[in-house]
Amino acid sequence: MVTIYIDDKSYEVEKGQNLLQAVLSLGLNLPYFCWHPALGSVGACRQCAVIQYRDEDDKEGNLIMACMQPVQDGMRISIEAAAARKFRASIIEWLMVNHPHDCPVCDEGGECHLQDMTVMTGHNYRKFRFKKRTHRNQYLGPFINHEMNRCIACYRCVRFYRDYAGGKDLQDMASHDYVYFGRSEEGILQSEFSGNLVEVCPTGVFTDKTLKKHYTRKWDLQSAPSVCHHCSLGCNTLVGERYNKAVRILNRYNRRVNGYFMCDRGRFGYEFTNSNKRIRKPIFEGKVEDFDRDSAAAKTSELLKDRSKVIGIGSPRASLEANFALKSMVGEHNFYSGLSARENKLARKILSILRNGPARPASLHDVETADAVFVLGEDLTNTAPMLDLAVKQAIRNKPIDDIQQIHIDRWNDAAIREYLQDEKGPFYLATPSWTKLDEFAAKTYRAAPDDIARLGYAVAHALDESSPAVEGLPDEIKTMAEEIAGALKNARQPVLISGMSMRSEAVIEAAANVARALCRDDRKADIVYTLPECNSMGTAFLGGYDLEKAFEDVENGTADTVIILESDLYRHADKTQVDKFLEKCANLIVVDYLKNRTSEGASAILPAAAFAEGDGTLINNEGRVQRFFQALNPDPILQESWRWIRDIMIKLDDKKAEKWKALDDISDAVLNSLEGINPKIEIAPSANFRINEQKIPRAPMRYSGRTAMYADKSVHEPKPPDDPDSPLSFSMEGFAGPRPSSLISFFWAPGWNSVQSVARYQQEVAGELKGGDPGVRLIEPGDHAKPEYFKTIPDAFKPRQDEFYFVPLYHIFGSEELSNEAEAVSELVPDAYLALNKRSAEKTGVSSRDKVKVSIKDGQISLPVKIMNSLPDNIAGIPVGLPGMNYFELPAFGKIAK
Amino acid sequence: MEKPLTKNIDPERGPLDIRGYERAGGYAGFKKALREMSPQKVQEEVTDANLRGRGGAGFGTGMKWSFVPMGDEAPRTKYLIANADEMEPGTFKDRILMEGDPHLLIEGMIISSYAIQARAAYIFLRWAYKRSEELLRKAIAEAYEAGYLGKNILGSGYDLEMYIHVSAGRYMCGEETGLLNALEGKRATPRAKPPFPQTSGLWGKPSIVQNVETLCNVPGIIVNGADWYKKLSKTGDGGTKIYGVSGRVKRPGAWELPMGTTVREILEEHAGGMRDGYKFKGLLPGGASTDFLVEEHLDTPMDFGSIMKVGSRMGTGTMIILDDKTCPVAMLVNLEKFFAQESCGWCTPCRDGLPWTHKMLMAIENGEGRMEDLEQLELHCNFLGPGRTFCALAPGAVEPLQSALKYFRDDFEKHIKDKQCPWRK
Repeated sequence: MVTIYIDDKSYEVEKGQNLLQAVLSLGLNLPYFCWHPALGSVGACRQCAVIQYRDEDDKEGNLIMACMQPVQDGMRISIEAAAARKFRASIIEWLMVNHPHDCPVCDEGGECHLQDMTVMTGHNYRKFRFKKRTHRNQYLGPFINHEMNRCIACYRCVRFYRDYAGGKDLQDMASHDYVYFGRSEEGILQSEFSGNLVEVCPTGVFTDKTLKKHYTRKWDLQSAPSVCHHCSLGCNTLVGERYNKAVRILNRYNRRVNGYFMCDRGRFGYEFTNSNKRIRKPIFEGKVEDFDRDSAAAKTSELLKDRSKVIGIGSPRASLEANFALKSMVGEHNFYSGLSARENKLARKILSILRNGPARPASLHDVETADAVFVLGEDLTNTAPMLDLAVKQAIRNKPIDDIQQIHIDRWNDAAIREYLQDEKGPFYLATPSWTKLDEFAAKTYRAAPDDIARLGYAVAHALDESSPAVEGLPDEIKTMAEEIAGALKNARQPVLISGMSMRSEAVIEAAANVARALCRDDRKADIVYTLPECNSMGTAFLGGYDLEKAFEDVENGTADTVIILESDLYRHADKTQVDKFLEKCANLIVVDYLKNRTSEGASAILPAAAFAEGDGTLINNEGRVQRFFQALNPDPILQESWRWIRDIMIKLDDKKAEKWKALDDISDAVLNSLEGINPKIEIAPSANFRINEQKIPRAPMRYSGRTAMYADKSVHEPKPPDDPDSPLSFSMEGFAGPRPSSLISFFWAPGWNSVQSVARYQQEVAGELKGGDPGVRLIEPGDHAKPEYFKTIPDAFKPRQDEFYFVPLYHIFGSEELSNEAEAVSELVPDAYLALNKRSAEKTGVSSRDKVKVSIKDGQISLPVKIMNSLPDNIAGIPVGLPGMNYFELPAFGKIAK
Repeated sequence: MEKPLTKNIDPERGPLDIRGYERAGGYAGFKKALREMSPQKVQEEVTDANLRGRGGAGFGTGMKWSFVPMGDEAPRTKYLIANADEMEPGTFKDRILMEGDPHLLIEGMIISSYAIQARAAYIFLRWAYKRSEELLRKAIAEAYEAGYLGKNILGSGYDLEMYIHVSAGRYMCGEETGLLNALEGKRATPRAKPPFPQTSGLWGKPSIVQNVETLCNVPGIIVNGADWYKKLSKTGDGGTKIYGVSGRVKRPGAWELPMGTTVREILEEHAGGMRDGYKFKGLLPGGASTDFLVEEHLDTPMDFGSIMKVGSRMGTGTMIILDDKTCPVAMLVNLEKFFAQESCGWCTPCRDGLPWTHKMLMAIENGEGRMEDLEQLELHCNFLGPGRTFCALAPGAVEPLQSALKYFRDDFEKHIKDKQCPWRK
């Protein structure tokens, strides 16, 4: 700590930071534009000018830029000095020279950093009387709206997009007051993280196109803290509501998880909640009914009476509460997790590996701070996008650590990047085909999953000879394994990344062996496994039989009634099997929010609340249990799945359900049911939590038209709905002061209306949220655990005559069920295809775009060929989850015919 | 009088080839340095000579070199870059040197590279200097052929490669860090200092960027020694200087003269004084980005310190003369248009402030000015000053403006009051 004097008051601040960061951490106001807590300083905008004095006697001082000045012990500065204030007001005046006067119609208005900073500096009247420069705007794809006239040239967009996120197609172009931030030609932004431009841009140049469809003022939004439902990482989000529709997602800062950024699937996938495939009313035998909850539950319970056996199929995309309710209803022995045998096995294997340690399950933040990365089998950009972004930061750590002797401060962003050029820390990547992260890797390895696993085993053996050795490994792979082992061994914080996407147990075990080998000799290592869905880990915790067993039960007649919870079985099992199963089911009851092939012929479909309309709990891939809250009040017939199940249970006189009055009741019951989990953990404050006897508001202020919008029906202002499940109120009423971090429903602080106000919620800039980051980690293995090594090393991949080995490929837009139904995302979903390298295609006598028949076991599908030269010979790629794609149990051998 | 910089220049004959250059005593400094002197010794000699950078800032060359990490621990790759992006309005001294005696620059670069143990040297050349490019390419080829460039030069074990980079042509590329970015193929925006190019320069490696004229001084210093060099000068700053004069004088041109020759001598004796019918009104002593000097300053010696004392900068030492038949406001419109256009757009005051000054000046010139414009112009002069903006472009850009407002204020006010330009009848 050092002491600095700001306007003659002394403050203790952390060393090694710049003055702007220190000032903001102290809670003082100092305007800025080009600086960003995650992007560092470049000194371009000159907005954070302050006066620095040599000593106590110096009355004149020097104007300095706070963001470029390291804090020094005894440093004396003034924020309030007239010279500094005048200069800062001048900066705003310059920025305003060309900025349009369109705040009243600008999407950013009310949440605009430029507005805030303008007010903060006190610049009021424009002296500029000449013509403004104007720009043409570009079409940038379905996510981002472009309005370049508003640009104040802070350069944050390109610094985020290019430097931080590794994008290439957004550039700063031209010069002087005509600098232009856009693409060389119009077109869809290619980065998977383009949505962050909305938050990085301090004004309305880059705005959320999906929000623009429902144009609304930001302060009229009612928001709730939520957790992303589009992959297993569990990024924290804020869902914004207006007129009973989810209209946008913002990033919700959580230092341990997603920090300042999120991916485009997470930001724009929410539109599925407004999809026309939504189930909005109960449907019985194909007929949409205008029932209320009670009659819908009663009618459904009729279907369940006098049945020989009722089984329940849960879901990895449903909350813990929903899965638990179903499990309680049908009984443990009739509960199916919703996962296939292989999925169940892999998810549970991952859970057991994480629990056995000693490698810690790494959070996204841990990956960002790692200094050596080894990825086994995962195309992170498409299976867990935010890990891609974290790895891109991690590879800078070793080179940055290494240059400390030349004394360039870490926050001095441009200088660090200049000095390092393209230098990267150790990052090794083994996947069957090209991934977007390849260009960042020291080495990549293209192989079949089994060979990827063998590389992992070999690395483990190179680290620790007592781990099993791989026989018959080619020399070059052996050398590579030794190189990787050396890099990991020399690292301060190595991290292993693998996951379920290759659907290979061997790959998962190999990654565990590497982590275990690293942890020998008291070294530390982190490990990350990605899972397919937002609550796949929760499903692993809850247990449940394999889908295949459910199919058997119905096939052999032991079960005749099936309740399917928030799941499309066609995404988890072979089409013919599911067809047969659904046909054989005498009674099919579906609780879901989206129509799908599974629910088509159901006897009863109950409309469930989607994530924005209900509360629940999820466990992410790291084993972090997190709560998401309801943002909007849908039609009363939509309710959380667990409530539907509860209502049916009550109709069936099941006493257990009577206790589940609200979320807290069932949530406690879930925690109590989980083995090895302390049931006393607090995921979020309970519904009866109050501050000064007040609830916590969802809305920042009284929304426009609150008294008038329903006046055509009644002049009485409706009472805001009650929320039995959380301490959040459905209005701006409630406690306006600091709130627990898990209940942050918007970021706002006096003078800070934009997301930049997050600094006021942090203990220090870019630090933990006040009161601790939300979420509770359920898995903390001890350092001293010494689990056995896995020993089942697979044989090297052997091609078969006239057959191909099919491996799964993934698409950030296209492979995930829910976001595929989001309007904007769906524009970017590719058509289904079969991928082959050129040699394999030639050998088969097919070329690009030819239709071929693919047969894998019993499944068949006709697909156009796509040449993907990064695939090894004899290996074909099948994109998972694209519309029109069937499920295949991969990897597997199969045939391709013209 | 000795003219170490221009002694070989004969516009009638054209530049000397390598044989001619050597016959005239060329490459002697280079041979002496590589055969007899350690890199440290070369640095010391240049420091003792008090050679100050001729690009405009006048920073001590030896001092600049001394920040380059030397020895076994130093990064292996280091660079020397000749800044030949001569874009300062009114400045043409480097062009004279490159077109007149290309081998002098190459020799200076080899010696300087040796002094900092650079492995590669670049000439960052203004795109419009086609003739320079042609001559330099030929001269570099000759130097390679003679074994003065390449591997193991003169058997000394020292390797040096030399390249010409023809720039896309922006004023910003003359700023050394902007130049470095441009040379890397990036936008020509400046870099924050620290770290200085000596630690993290071209591609993040230790680098020295030096003006052409500065480098051309080095061979003479090495051959004849620091004392000889200091004695060439009339003042404390060592050596000779190429002074230039443009504007309505009898003989516009450039002359190599002892450092510290007075403005009056340059103007009246060498440039022949004002053309008939024109009166002297003021001058920009060292290119467009320096403050005006007026009649009372004519006896000031042209060196870094003396010109600084009277409120301007020697800059590149090439003067632009303002006469009484030219409207000073119109001249400022022209200058600020140039600077506004050449701003890279990186920092706010320069990017948005300079176009505003241009627009106000244009309004004044067109008879649409307002008295408050003068206040606003003064505010710009203050807030675009050193330390306020990211690099030196904007402070340089407001130097002629702030001094014009001081010396020619009546002219500005008359424009505004009469709602027209008095020079335009």
